[in-house]
Amino acid sequence: MAHSGSAGLLPGQKSMTLGEMGLAVIAALSAVLWVIITANAWTPEYAFHAGLFAIASVATVFLIVNRYHARPAERPAQEINGKPNYNFGPVKFATIASVFWGIAGFLVGLIIALQLAYPELNFGLPWTSFGRLRPLHTSAVIFAFGGNVLLATSFYVVQRTCQARLAGDLAPWFVVLGYNFFIVIAGTGYLLGITQGKEYAEPEWYTDLWLTIVWVTYFIVFLATIIKRKEPHIYVANWFYLAFILTIAVLHLGNNTTIPVSIFSSKSYIVWAGVQDAMLQWWYGHNAVGFFLTAGFLAIMYYFIPKRAERPVYSYRLSIIHFWALIFMYIWAGPHHLHYTALPDWAQTLGMTFSIMLWMPSWGGMINGLMTLSGAWDKLRTDPVLRMLVVSVAFYGMSTFEGPLMSVKAVNSLSHYTDWTIGHVHSGALGWVGYVSFGAIYCLVPWLWNKPKLYSLKLVNWHFWVSTLGIVCYISAMWVAGIMQGLMWRAYTALGFLEYSFLETVEAMHPFYIIRAFGGGLFLAGAVIMAWNLYKTIVTPAEEIEAGVTPALVPAE
Amino acid sequence: MSVTSHDHQEIDAATGTATTGHEWDGIRELNTPLPKWWLYIFYATIVWALGYWVVYPAIPLATSFTKGVINYSSRAEATAEVSQLVAARAPMVAQLAKASFDDIQKDPKMLTFARAQGKAAFGDNCAPCHGTGGGGSKAFPNLVDDDWMWGTGTLEEIQATITHGIRSSDPNTRQGNMPAFGDGVLKPIEISAVADYVRSLSKLPVDQGVDLKAGQKVFADNCAACHGDNAKGNQELGAPNLTDQIWLYGSDKVTIVEGITKGRGGMMPNWGDRLDAGTIKALAVYVRTLGGAR
Repeated sequence: MAHSGSAGLLPGQKSMTLGEMGLAVIAALSAVLWVIITANAWTPEYAFHAGLFAIASVATVFLIVNRYHARPAERPAQEINGKPNYNFGPVKFATIASVFWGIAGFLVGLIIALQLAYPELNFGLPWTSFGRLRPLHTSAVIFAFGGNVLLATSFYVVQRTCQARLAGDLAPWFVVLGYNFFIVIAGTGYLLGITQGKEYAEPEWYTDLWLTIVWVTYFIVFLATIIKRKEPHIYVANWFYLAFILTIAVLHLGNNTTIPVSIFSSKSYIVWAGVQDAMLQWWYGHNAVGFFLTAGFLAIMYYFIPKRAERPVYSYRLSIIHFWALIFMYIWAGPHHLHYTALPDWAQTLGMTFSIMLWMPSWGGMINGLMTLSGAWDKLRTDPVLRMLVVSVAFYGMSTFEGPLMSVKAVNSLSHYTDWTIGHVHSGALGWVGYVSFGAIYCLVPWLWNKPKLYSLKLVNWHFWVSTLGIVCYISAMWVAGIMQGLMWRAYTALGFLEYSFLETVEAMHPFYIIRAFGGGLFLAGAVIMAWNLYKTIVTPAEEIEAGVTPALVPAE
Repeated sequence: MSVTSHDHQEIDAATGTATTGHEWDGIRELNTPLPKWWLYIFYATIVWALGYWVVYPAIPLATSFTKGVINYSSRAEATAEVSQLVAARAPMVAQLAKASFDDIQKDPKMLTFARAQGKAAFGDNCAPCHGTGGGGSKAFPNLVDDDWMWGTGTLEEIQATITHGIRSSDPNTRQGNMPAFGDGVLKPIEISAVADYVRSLSKLPVDQGVDLKAGQKVFADNCAACHGDNAKGNQELGAPNLTDQIWLYGSDKVTIVEGITKGRGGMMPNWGDRLDAGTIKALAVYVRTLGGAR
């Protein structure tokens, strides 16, 4: 191609990259495939999903072509003036998505909490019933909120700690947008009644396949960024992110080994049978907790706490030992979800003993998080963001003590199937995952949008106290309710009959369900305060934030 | 950040500990040794787990698994606990199975046992419809009052109702239907009139100017056959007493009109298929305790 020498860009001067061309062609073919499936789908629900896939495929082609026309001929530089040219677009998108999905997920959680206290709120409609809204809540908070936090922070942290621009051009955007499309398909599927009925793995085969494609791309982007790092060593946060991404891929494939009835049907059947299916399910389920909600969020802790506290990580040696111990032990702990079931006793034993051995590896992370504050404890008084991060680690320590305790068979015989489990999950979910995420988001937003600081630290303080009160109400109500429930179930009269019927135990839960919903409502309120604060941080000009004109704008408190 | 900053160890002022010399985006690491208490508890949990594997079933083998030195089995444990319970109850259960209702009522020990067994069985089987206290709800009769739709509340009658059910698949089920008078039998105006009349029987207010005589005639021609000329009901047919202010579905006019128009026919399962005779006997005693006979 001859060099024209004129200024400006002639169409001939720039050409589509192989990636742009390839992805556009694949998306176009995908559009054709999904139109065919839409036309032949056996159920209207599946036709709706196939239609969404077709629309998304067409939109992908348009986005690629438009982006091609808008972009300069030169590909983005890896470095500018010797400094890495970070790619923060996908990070910003995932950050905003996490706040959006977080509020949506907390809201659905509040609705189902109220449904348990007041069953009339099911409204007698299939798509508003507890059975469909419950997976919507769990998926929205774990995969939509938590997943976007992990995407945003991992893509941010890996670039900063590797001093390298995110690998790939379209790939990071494909990961972020593709993942959020997965969430839309999964969530609408639950409401329409499309589910394979596996807890935390409800989406059907085609949604699973889509997530596999997105997730493998995520893995490649992350790994490729690490490979081209400018730092000699790989930072501990990136070990945790990598372990999380890799293990989730393996778990996802293992627990979704299904055979679809037809390409025109949303229904599929799992290849595992009976107790083997149950074992696979909880191998997946527990490691979704272990690798998605623990390893991934420990990675967040390892970057954001030292960064915010401006202190070195407490112990490099501890980070190595607890990382490998955690990775090795967690993968065995799943059977503790199946104590006293058809699962053979040897597997129950291993599930329980590995859970106990997991206690110290988990606490290694807590120690490293808390002790990083050595020499900076005074900052907890003045910085509510750091306080949130540190309290999250405290909740992490509490949950990872409670978990092994509940895995002991004697304790489990009381706690299993009761609301104690729900309380345990939420002390981890609200206290640990929620707070470490909020802390990270509070750090990220000013950094990403080039603001000197948050719009209002006072609002962060409000968020902290309102939601802490909420968490305390939630988990203490569930502890009392759960232990009471377990004791009522096992109570016998002197004559050898059950003291309480199941219904009486349900009635006894009622006041605690109200307290739990109240706590959940406070947690949601805190998140709304956060969303407002973040919004104002993004839209308020940097000089105004610096000048500190914000307190006058604080809403009624 | 320059490459020379790497692997440059220094002493952290606040803690006096050396750093590892690595640095990422401004983050450094201290070279603090593993906390001793942490390490020893970690070792202790491993030792405990190894010991547990020797004592309890733990290692999968080709076709079985190691049983552990105490030969523990969670299934055997649960079976043993249940057998123990069954054995403890067995003498009284056997006595109850042989005893007549008269015997039970005369023997305070047996009566107490029957009530206890009946209460447990009621909670598991009856409470979902009749409520945990037997208070009933719309379409499910209240068992706490002394108003009986079938029979007069004798133990034998309650036992028969529980065993064979109401409008169930059992050949000896209690049978009797409230027909759908809206299916060409009565005109809407007649149904409205008789609904007002029925309400008046329970001394419920009716709209001014309503012709109760007309309703009374409709009642005599269509309803009295089952509910009786005096509307006091018929416990042979399960036709409720309409004069006692006790309403299974509701006393408002809309509900009554709905019942007359579409008919009623609530169903109770024949528990004889699901529960043993002794349990049903105990249930009869317990239910009788709730409401009492006429």
